[in-house]
Amino acid sequence: MNLADFDPLSGKRCEILDHQGVIVAQELRPPGLTDELVLELYDRMVMLRVADQQALTLQRAGRMGTYAPTLGQEAANIGSAAVLQPGDWLVPSFRETGAMLLRGVPIKLIYMYWMGSEWGSHYPSEVKVLPICAPVSTQTLHGVGLAWAGKLKQDHTMTLIYFGDGATSKGDFHEAMNFAGVFTIPCVFFCQNNQYSISVPRRVQTAAASLAQKAVAYGFPGIMVDGNDLLAVYTVTAAAAARARAGEGPTLIEAQTYRLGPHTTADDPSRYRPLEELKAQEPYDPLRRLRIYLTQQGLITEDSEQDRVVKYEGMAKDAAREAEAAISLNPDDIFDYHYAQMPPYVAFQKEYLHRILAARGESAGG
Amino acid sequence: MANLNMVEAINLALREEMARDETIIILGEDVGQLGGVFRVTDGLQAEFGPERVVDTPLAEAGIMGAALGLALGGFKPVPEIQFMGFLPPALDQLICHVSRYRNRTRGRHTMPMVVRLPYGAGIHAPEHHSESTEAILAHIPGLKVVIPSTPYDAKGLLISALRDPDPVIFLEPKRIYRAVREEVPSGEYVIALGQAKVIRTGETVTAVAWGSMVREVIRAADLVASQGISVEVIDLRTISPMDDETIVASIRKTGRGVIVHEACRTCGLAAEIIARINEKAFLSLAAPLERVTGFDTIVPLLKLEDHYLPDAFRISRAIQKVVYY
Repeated sequence: MNLADFDPLSGKRCEILDHQGVIVAQELRPPGLTDELVLELYDRMVMLRVADQQALTLQRAGRMGTYAPTLGQEAANIGSAAVLQPGDWLVPSFRETGAMLLRGVPIKLIYMYWMGSEWGSHYPSEVKVLPICAPVSTQTLHGVGLAWAGKLKQDHTMTLIYFGDGATSKGDFHEAMNFAGVFTIPCVFFCQNNQYSISVPRRVQTAAASLAQKAVAYGFPGIMVDGNDLLAVYTVTAAAAARARAGEGPTLIEAQTYRLGPHTTADDPSRYRPLEELKAQEPYDPLRRLRIYLTQQGLITEDSEQDRVVKYEGMAKDAAREAEAAISLNPDDIFDYHYAQMPPYVAFQKEYLHRILAARGESAGG
Repeated sequence: MANLNMVEAINLALREEMARDETIIILGEDVGQLGGVFRVTDGLQAEFGPERVVDTPLAEAGIMGAALGLALGGFKPVPEIQFMGFLPPALDQLICHVSRYRNRTRGRHTMPMVVRLPYGAGIHAPEHHSESTEAILAHIPGLKVVIPSTPYDAKGLLISALRDPDPVIFLEPKRIYRAVREEVPSGEYVIALGQAKVIRTGETVTAVAWGSMVREVIRAADLVASQGISVEVIDLRTISPMDDETIVASIRKTGRGVIVHEACRTCGLAAEIIARINEKAFLSLAAPLERVTGFDTIVPLLKLEDHYLPDAFRISRAIQKVVYY
């Protein structure tokens, strides 16, 4: 596919598998995106949906803190991260559970993070994923710096940077885009436009006709893609990643998707989103169209789908139990990781907490 | 050994460390071709190339956020924010990310970085070019904040900062950038971070200052010497983590103290120092501690600027007040 064929100012959007499960642009599909790969990525999308649902269950049961669900954004998550190669970095915001899982962050750690432990951001050293970033859009600059480092080291890697539609209103996003353009940074800006920033709809974020067209001002390509179409997301991101690896610089992808769930478990979308709007989105569910397509290809059956869900439910429940068992309750952790060498005054405060715990008859050992 | 001012001493430290450590990258506005608006990075781009001394777009958050990414990617970025008055856009990155990365990843990622930041008043600069908001930075867990007051210390402290595994904010008191020259050795020497220095011993009263205020305190000490008042002068050098032990040891000896800073009074670092002295040496005090500070006002423009800054006269009055309490 040619990114230039989808000039964002023309309003064109890349689509390959429509919401009825029909391939509408086979010619765009890269040869590597075989039905086998589609099945494999669909499998990851199911895993994500189940793991996501399990997080909601844990939150409702009081076993997890606030959680930001990915429901409805499985294709945008999985189709994009799937193009990364070993050595590439992934820079998430906070609704990229699937992308992170695909790149090797254990579910257990993601659960630990949302359960309230910093150890949930202590990924295995070989995992090239930055921790979740709650402040909106700040991570876009981190991704640019990280990709810049790769360019200076000439390691031929690229960095995939995620953010939401709301992030495009923030200055950091524009500074990141500008730096990336000026310094020909090997990165891909991947916007999950899920139409809402908590309650504020996309149309209130910008008067621009698209988010993708913002790339034009920074001197590099932008492209709109159906973010619920796994095949299109994969195809577009692969083309952008290839551009970055070839030293041609950044690309902005606006993946148009829809957040089927709340912003977080602390949110009540009924206060701002009509139920009819949500209902109207159901046919566009990214998993539904893949089920139709893969069934037609004879790659999945009703039975195989039940087995798949059961398998991942078991995995998610095990991960939740492992996460709970692994969380350190040692209060020393509060103090021990701020500096390579603890300042004396912080050491004093740590001792103070020990004395307080002792006075309360509690152990400081965790 | 050369006779250098602070600008030249910082330049020398950067040059020597960049030659020693290939991961050091300077980035900021006008730091390359121009050599910085104060010429602190003069000649470095010519010597190390535009990939290591990078003129960036004019965007403070961009500089700081990209520096963070470079640090994650294995480099040691040295971002320069041109004036402290233009730090606020970058504070988001500093406070929300640079300071937190080690802790929030439980040490998986660290953030070796030195943020260079000319600061302070007294050079009759335009609006927004005279701020002294070091207390904001000292308030942030995870950062270290260093302020030299001499060319010799500037070089030794900067080399330590550049070798530190954690993010260091290196505040350069631009009022004394070129005020004095002293012997600054070429080649390696380090001054440990987190260690104050007793720069003049005395018996009657302790005076604590940093940056350009150290010079004013020395002048005040000279003023009161004729009255038989012997001032022990402490240059804090690192304001975070703070070496309160050196301060407390001096207060235990003198029983009296004056803390001086040019920043605003309310929630300034003097308040923190006084609190620590109260915690650790209250019974040694013979008089209430005094502070001489800037006012709780915005730094005035140049016509009124001199009224704002603590000077030797104001400091000497505070010294007399605690001595004759």
